[in-house]
Amino acid sequence: MTHTLSETIQGNRKLAFIARNWAAFFLLGFLILFSFTGKGFLSVTNFQNVGHLAVIAILMASAETFVIITSGIDLSIGFVMGFSSVTAGKIIQILYAAGGGISPGISIAIGIVIVLILSLIPGLVSGVLIARYKVPPFIATMGMWGITNGIALKICKGFPVATLPEVLTRIGNGYIIYIKPGGGISFFSLPHGVGNESIREYIRLIPYSFIFVGLILLVLWHLLRNTTFGQHTYAIGGNEEAAVRAGINVKLHLVKIYILSSFIAGLAGIFNVFQTGIGNFTPFGAMYELFAVSAVVIGGASLMGGKGSIFGSVIGVFLIAFLENGLLISGVVPFYRFIAVGLLLIIAVVIDQLFPDLL
Amino acid sequence: MNTITKRKLTNVIMDLGRSWALIFLIVELVFFSLAAKGFLSLRVFQMVFFFGVTVFLLGVAELFVIITGGIDLSVGYIVGFASIISSRFVALFLQTGMSTLPALLLGIFLTLAIGLLPGLVSGLLIAKLRVPPFIATFSMLGITHGVSELLILNGAVNMPKLSTLFGNGYFLYWAPGPGLSLFVRPEIPRGGFILELIPNIVVVAFVVIGILSFMLKRTVFGQYTYAIGGNVDAAIRSGINVSRHTVKIYMLSSFLASLTGIIYVMMYVKGKGDAGASNLLDSIAAVVIGGASLYGGKGTVWRTILGALIIAILETGLRVMGIPTFDKYIIVGIILISAVLIDKIFPDKTYMDTKE
Amino acid sequence: MEYLVETKNITKRFGGLTAVNKVSFGVQAGEIVAVLGDNGAGKSTLIKMISGVHQPDGGQIFVQGKEVEIHSPMDALSMGIETIYQDLALAENMNVYSNIFLGREKTKKVLGLFNVMDSQYMFDESQGVLDKLNIQIPSLRNNVRTLSGGQRQAVAISRSIYWNAKFLIMDEPTAALGVAQQKLVLDLVKSLKDHGLGIIIISHQMHDVFAVADRIIVMRRGEKVGDLKKEGTNPDEVVNLIVGSESVV
Ligand SMILES: Nc1ncnc2c1ncn2[C@@H]1O[C@H](COP(=O)(O)OP(=O)(O)OP(=O)(O)O)[C@@H](O)[C@H]1O
Ligand SMILES: [Mg+2]
Repeated sequence: MTHTLSETIQGNRKLAFIARNWAAFFLLGFLILFSFTGKGFLSVTNFQNVGHLAVIAILMASAETFVIITSGIDLSIGFVMGFSSVTAGKIIQILYAAGGGISPGISIAIGIVIVLILSLIPGLVSGVLIARYKVPPFIATMGMWGITNGIALKICKGFPVATLPEVLTRIGNGYIIYIKPGGGISFFSLPHGVGNESIREYIRLIPYSFIFVGLILLVLWHLLRNTTFGQHTYAIGGNEEAAVRAGINVKLHLVKIYILSSFIAGLAGIFNVFQTGIGNFTPFGAMYELFAVSAVVIGGASLMGGKGSIFGSVIGVFLIAFLENGLLISGVVPFYRFIAVGLLLIIAVVIDQLFPDLL
Repeated sequence: MNTITKRKLTNVIMDLGRSWALIFLIVELVFFSLAAKGFLSLRVFQMVFFFGVTVFLLGVAELFVIITGGIDLSVGYIVGFASIISSRFVALFLQTGMSTLPALLLGIFLTLAIGLLPGLVSGLLIAKLRVPPFIATFSMLGITHGVSELLILNGAVNMPKLSTLFGNGYFLYWAPGPGLSLFVRPEIPRGGFILELIPNIVVVAFVVIGILSFMLKRTVFGQYTYAIGGNVDAAIRSGINVSRHTVKIYMLSSFLASLTGIIYVMMYVKGKGDAGASNLLDSIAAVVIGGASLYGGKGTVWRTILGALIIAILETGLRVMGIPTFDKYIIVGIILISAVLIDKIFPDKTYMDTKE
Repeated sequence: MEYLVETKNITKRFGGLTAVNKVSFGVQAGEIVAVLGDNGAGKSTLIKMISGVHQPDGGQIFVQGKEVEIHSPMDALSMGIETIYQDLALAENMNVYSNIFLGREKTKKVLGLFNVMDSQYMFDESQGVLDKLNIQIPSLRNNVRTLSGGQRQAVAISRSIYWNAKFLIMDEPTAALGVAQQKLVLDLVKSLKDHGLGIIIISHQMHDVFAVADRIIVMRRGEKVGDLKKEGTNPDEVVNLIVGSESVV
């Protein structure tokens, strides 16, 4: 029998390495390409911007990674995020505008705590429906999409929740280091007495958002990679029947997975409030969850379950993010990004089909 | 109670349980008739169907796909894509000096032909390259969405008046004086009485839906659709060309979405990239409420229409009551999940053929 | 007497592993041959070459004395070789007569225009074959999902008979069944003999084998290590052959 393409490539370690990490190589290729085509693409400022804007997509993709590894899907995360953002906004607005007694800091803290607790609920409900009542994940989480979206819209009456403390965006869009060329260096905020209007004169380094998302990623990576929780997640996706026989409490684990996913979406909602300074509901057509699934698949996971990693998913997100940014800076119409993501997805899955055993 | 009557009673309960959606629809109608002033009227009733057309057609598109065990995320954006290219084509033909009707017909024909492409591509990806339907159709969503927005960068073009007249017109008119008339609205004095019956687009939609129901139920095409969803291996071993049939199914879905896009642009004059985007949830919900299973092998056209009607009546009813439609999302979400749970309680119907 | 289906030195390798090694055997019309052997002995691989799932790497297959090449399950079907799969190949969401006619639906024209399925015809024909084989099922309009395991096997077998199977291959047809259901299937298999079919049956259940088989073939590590008339042997001898303490060819 002649060797198939797949066997040839698997036989060659270098080629196999490239096929396995195609997304990373694509990313590298894009970075090089756009450095030539886009003025200002290759700069610390631009990279920081891309990273900052990608935070929500990264959180969404990490949430979806856990779910997809169990061979499920969570269509509700985009709307859980909207629910979380709107609710946090509303609570802070009420406490803060009630004025006098409650300082912005405390209102924000209370808002965060309440919303993080609330954000466990959609995951709990879909998890129980999926694990205990065998409702297909697609339907259970689609139902939660409708429900959380409806509740979010009811809370904010269809308008963003505004008039929140200004400190939110100062933290959400703040940097750790501010350097004035030829002048001094200052940490955590602009030097005293310097107004926001002169912020452009400063070189800003390391957004707070990087620390925030970095810490979360570290925890999730550790959870998936080094703990029994992660081990069981892969086991369930690989062969649920076998996982049950091995004594894993599959039902409980699935509930935990959907709660985790929902919780991360809640975190994304809170970040959204810090980033924009208002509580935003999620519009139709934002498709956070679908882009998250795409990033996860581009990052090497399979919708059949059992495969995927946090690192891969983050690469997937950056591949989409830099593609979008690079096209924009190179003056290409932004709508090409939809086409590009479509094509990347097809590449991802075809590679996965051609080389099923590349892990 | 003896065992026979007990058994009959169980059967009746089972039958009622299996038709819970119909019962729900009736309860819904009664509720809104009582609670919403002005709901119980011919006008509102026709509105339900008029605005329901999108979800009827997309629901049926999704139904065929879901019976095979797949899903089609792209239908919403194919609606937008078709709404844009059809208006483009018609405008182009009109520029070349063609008269309105032929330009319109040719434009529609070309749109329906091109509208098969996204389905062809996702079908091939799914059938030949074993790409999961979720991913294949999402990439088609991205591509049609992107292409639509590029086509519309310099603004949308208007459809000719004839098309809008048809899109918002009725099949049957009656007015005292001119009497009965088909399609053409008779001239009547301002404020005079006129009876308008059955919107044209509802007629078009139901002719198509009727044909599809027939195909699914009575033809080999329908039989293969169920077989693939029930047991792919069985279908293959029985000699059914499964990949070809799968491609056809996604092309059918794509075709129905394009038809919906053409109807959209006839209703609203201009095409729009995200014309059908917000209907995805409703279409899939309609199919599931209508008793289909996402694991494939189950579902019928009329039950899907029933599911779509439940949603359409909910939306219209809330609107007539003056409640913001935010509640709709919550209620649809709850019905969607309940549908799956209720269907689990009532197993397949069984028959007894008494033989002497 | 001529064999209905015969193999000569048939061999199948998977990479370095020889799953079936130069096996020769034959089955006559009206004969039931049981294939026994430990897990991994090569039983399934052997019959998959006859049902067209695998292509042999060496040796020959003869159907009614003529050498043939069986490239696909479709080829096998066209030669009258039907396989009852362990997982049955029935669409559980469809009713009994639709399953019997799956892929070969009977249609009729309405209005001289559309081809629609002739359900009444399919129902009547199916009822006919079930009656002929004396199989009882509440109604052919019931979905296969609502049938018992034994009834499902019976439907799968009736389907083969209806489509003129001459040679039936069954891989562990009673594996997942309760005692009563096993009896139902075994009785059905025995009755097929009278219709002149040749049958290969793979089973791990010694009891089944001695209940229905005329001849017993034992495989060990890909080789045929025994070919015995049922009358001339006993379960002990067969077990010894399977585990490998003796060899009788
Ligand atoms: N498609 C395949 N690819 C590689 N090896 C295979 C394949 N099919 C079977 N084998 C190997 O060939 C050998 C014989 O397998 P086979 O399935 O024929 O055994 P069997 O006798 O049917 O066993 P069991 O009683 O467990 O069903 C085994 O070692 C098996 O692992
Ligand atoms: Mg076997």
